[in-house]
Order: sequence, then structure tokens, then C-alpha cells
Amino acid sequence: MRLHRKVAVLFILVVSIVACSKVPSFDLFTPFERPSYFPEPGYRLEANPVTKDGFELGKKLFYDPSLSADNTISCGSCHIQTAAFTQHGHSVSHGIKDRLGTRNSQPIMNLAWNTSFLWDGGVFDLDLQPIAPITNHLEMDNTMEEVLKKLNGNASYRDQFRKAFGSEEITGTLFLKALSQFMVMCVSSNAKYDSMRRGEVSFTEAEQAGYVTFREKCNSCHKEPLFTDHSFRNNGLSISAVDDKGRFNITLNESDKYKFRVPTLRNLSFTPPYMHDGRLLDLEGVLAHYATGIIQTPNLDEALKLGIQLTITEKTNLLIFLKTLDDRSFITDKRFSE
Amino acid sequence: MKYLSVAIIFSVLLLSACKKEAPSFNSDVKSRLSVEFDNIAGSSNLQLNTGSYSNALGETFTVSKLKYYVSNFSFTKTDGTVYTVPQAESYFLIDESKPVSLSADFQVPEGEYKILSFIVGVDSSRSTMDITERTGVLDPTGEGGDMYWGWNSGYIFFKMEGTSTASTAMEGSYMYHVGGFGGYHANTINNIKPITIDLSERGNPQVKTGKETNIHLMADILKMFNGVTNFSIAKNSMVMFDPLSTALADNYADMFKHDHTEN
Repeated sequence: MRLHRKVAVLFILVVSIVACSKVPSFDLFTPFERPSYFPEPGYRLEANPVTKDGFELGKKLFYDPSLSADNTISCGSCHIQTAAFTQHGHSVSHGIKDRLGTRNSQPIMNLAWNTSFLWDGGVFDLDLQPIAPITNHLEMDNTMEEVLKKLNGNASYRDQFRKAFGSEEITGTLFLKALSQFMVMCVSSNAKYDSMRRGEVSFTEAEQAGYVTFREKCNSCHKEPLFTDHSFRNNGLSISAVDDKGRFNITLNESDKYKFRVPTLRNLSFTPPYMHDGRLLDLEGVLAHYATGIIQTPNLDEALKLGIQLTITEKTNLLIFLKTLDDRSFITDKRFSE
Repeated sequence: MKYLSVAIIFSVLLLSACKKEAPSFNSDVKSRLSVEFDNIAGSSNLQLNTGSYSNALGETFTVSKLKYYVSNFSFTKTDGTVYTVPQAESYFLIDESKPVSLSADFQVPEGEYKILSFIVGVDSSRSTMDITERTGVLDPTGEGGDMYWGWNSGYIFFKMEGTSTASTAMEGSYMYHVGGFGGYHANTINNIKPITIDLSERGNPQVKTGKETNIHLMADILKMFNGVTNFSIAKNSMVMFDPLSTALADNYADMFKHDHTEN
């Protein structure tokens, strides 16, 4: 019996060594994985299982400027990996012919857990999201009809769609499913905070102190581990000339006026400027807003009526803690690079 | 005595009704029934671009585009049984510029029908289904692209555009895009309009194998303006996702009239 077991172990060892030697040394695809301390994803992965071919096709589409009317702008133009898939340094996104939008581009990050999309949550399904920027006059200014015509006229795309979905014809549905496969794979869960959660490292004293402050004063909206509770709130910004009413545009409910999505705080260092219109340039500015800048506008969040007061030490430590949400491996991950 | 005579008369009627129907219809067999949407403006046939019409407030206008979704059809027989068209086959986009789109065709069990029901718009369940379930006229990346809001996921149920001397918008145009299925995460406007039409007055369709039966509806676009609220183009030349759109939807819910049946 004992001998059998030894033989079995030996056999497995030999097989695994042989098997490993056959795997190409440079294979970028790994299947979608939910970090153990993340909730169940909201995206229906069973309706669109991520495959290597689907993911790679989605990535190619994501970086393809031919999705825009004049072949100049790709999804990746406003969602730049090194800026955690935002448009670093731009308060509002620059679209086709440098047309300016009214909102700051949002990160493509942990979207499998999002319950809605855009700053106002107007889109409720990741599969439907790409239609918005592609057809927006200020962004890619194209029609889906035109996009599909271009793709169907391209033999290499037809080949890739056939590989990924078994279909020669490139339909809008398959196009959107491919983009979703790329986007749900963009999981950021390798920040120091994540290593701490997995018990691999400990926080420094300052990080720990900042974490305590965070849990006391920020966690009710920027809920762990995704650092958003996916709700819409008015965080007391002054009403700008654009008079963007946010969530109200979608629901037409008075109680939603001036509410915007609670953004994630992950990769904060790479995604300035901040707020839905990118009006705050750095995190000091953001904390100053919450301390003394709150404007009493309609539907101001209850939790912010008095602002968030921090001592100098609390503020210093909080900023140190927020750095533990930076995930350098995510913004340099070759799997997601152009 | 009175009751007895009523009962006798009723029974005779019932028997004669049965006698007529029993040999002629086989409800296990399906045959063709179509519903035609004939768009008109008051007493004129609707003519895109060239026709000029006026509403109750005396504003004159032309129509360059008229498109609307009709879906979730069901037909009630004279015996009260209801045939509901399988939902996936029950979506139609009526487009005045495409004559072939003006007729919704079905296969229904043989029999005599007295009530037609459908909704103007797309039900909330289909509006939120996976993209793979939105094919044909519902494909937001294809045939349904012109009837879909990308920024606020949902179908435009009813679209009417044109020009009017009363318009205050650019180039004297007006645009009415009515949609709203009630909202996904939060409640918002619901412009889904159920329509029920009694066919008995203008002729019950008798569906039978070997012949084509057609329910001819008139859809009067003047009702868009004239109704519970008399709508002014001058006051509101552009209405899209807006509480005002519910007044337009309330008005157009009354635009469908049964004209005749071709048996």
C-alpha cells in the first residue's frame, strides 16, 4: 500500500514535470478568478465565459482606433493602462477631433463587480456599455452599423471571431461580448492592501493608523474590498456652469439630483484628477473639499452635512493608507497592454 | 317563466353558435393572421415629408420620421380563450418609411377572434435581458440602433420627427422620442402602453387554413398632439427622456382604431 502511494506520487511528479515543460513559457492568458475576499461578481460570466481567444479579441478591439468615425480614437485612448485605465491629466475626456466631454473618464477596473456603469449609472449591463462612447458625438462619434461593417470587411477579425465564437459573421452581440471578456479580466487585486488581506504582509504603523481612520470616516461609502458601495451620492461639490445633474438624468427623480457614482479608491495615485468632472487635482484637494469645501446643495449626503474633519496626523496617515491601494502590477500587466 | 324563456333563448343561441363554429375551425391547427398598422393623420393618409397637417392648437407640421415598437401580442377568441404569441416572436418595429414593416404577421390557432391586445413599446423584462436575447428589430447594434438610448440603456418606444412653423428649435424641426420602461435599479418613467381593441364592431377575424386574415388598424398620429393634454409644438419642440414624454404617450395610447377586417 505504502509502496503504491510512493509510486503514485512519483508518477504525478513525473507527469507534472513533463506537462509543465510543454506549456509555452510566455502564455499571457490566465482564466478569470475571483479573489477570495471579493464578493461574487455581478457580471453573468456563465453567459459569456472568458476564453483566451475571446479575451485577446476583446483586447484587440479595445485598442483599435477604427472603432471611431475617423479612425483616430480607440477605447484605450481615454482609458490608459498606466493611469489605471483613465485619462490621466484630463479633467474631462477628449474625444474625436479633440471634442470635450463633460465628465472625467472612469477606470476599467474590477468592472465584473459593478452593478451599473457611467458616473450616473445610465448603463446597467457591461455588455451594453461600449455602445455609449462609440455612438457619442463627443467621443467616438460612430454608429454600430459602421463599426460592424468595418470589422466584417477585415479578414483577420473574421478569423479571430470565428476562433473565439465559432461565427464567421461578426454581429454586434459578439462584438460586445468580446469587449466584455477583455474588460472583466482587468482585475486589480495586487495592491499592498490585498497582500495584507491575504496575510502575506503587515501594514506599517502609519498605514494601520490610516486604515483605522479610513474605516471610521470613509468606509461607509468607499466600502471594502472594492472601495465603493456602488451607490449614487451628492458629495457637496459646487454646481458648475455645466449644471450636470448626474443620476437625475437617468431616473428623473428629484431625490437623485446632483448625485454621482461613488468611485472606487483603488489605484488612486494613478488616476488624478478627481471627481466626476475632474475638478480636483490631487488628494490633498479632495480631503480639503471634505473638510471645508462642502456646499449645501440639494440632496447633499447625510454623512457629509458637517464635512469630514481630520487632524493633521489622521490626514497624513490616511494618505499613507490610500497608497496601499495602488496596484503597480495591474497598471503594468502585459496581458492588458496595447 | 321569464327566466326560463331567457334560458331557452340563450341555449338556442349557444347551440347555434356552436353549430356554426364546430365544423369550421380546428383549434389544433394554426393559420395566418396579420395586423396592419395603417398610419394616418386625421382624415388623411400619412405622407412622409410632403403631407402637411395641423393639430388641435392649429400648429401645422410635417412628418419626416415615424417609427414605433409594438409587441407582446395576444388574441382572444369569441369563446374567451386567449392565444398569446410566443414572446420572442412578438416584437415589431413599425416604420412608416418601410411598407413591409407595417404589417405584423402571426400564426394563430384557427377560430374567430374578438379582442386584439398588444403593447406600444418593449416590456421591461426584454429591455433588461442579455444582449443575446435582443435580436432583429431589438438589436441595439443593428435594426434597433436608431431606437435605442446608449447613455441610458433602453429602447425608444415611439419616435416622431418632422418640421413645423410653430417649432422653436433649430431649422424649425421637432423631435419626439418617447421611451422609459420603468428603470432598472430605480423607478423612473414608464411609458409602456397596453392597448386592447374590441374587434367585434368592425368585424371579427375568422382564422382558417387556406385563407389570409388581416386586421386593419388605423393609427392616427394627430392623437399624439390631441388628447388628454393638447400638446403644443411651440412650447415643446424637443421631447426625449423627460417627464413631459408621459403626456405624449398617454395621448398616442389612444391612436389605434380598428377599421375593418379582411376575412
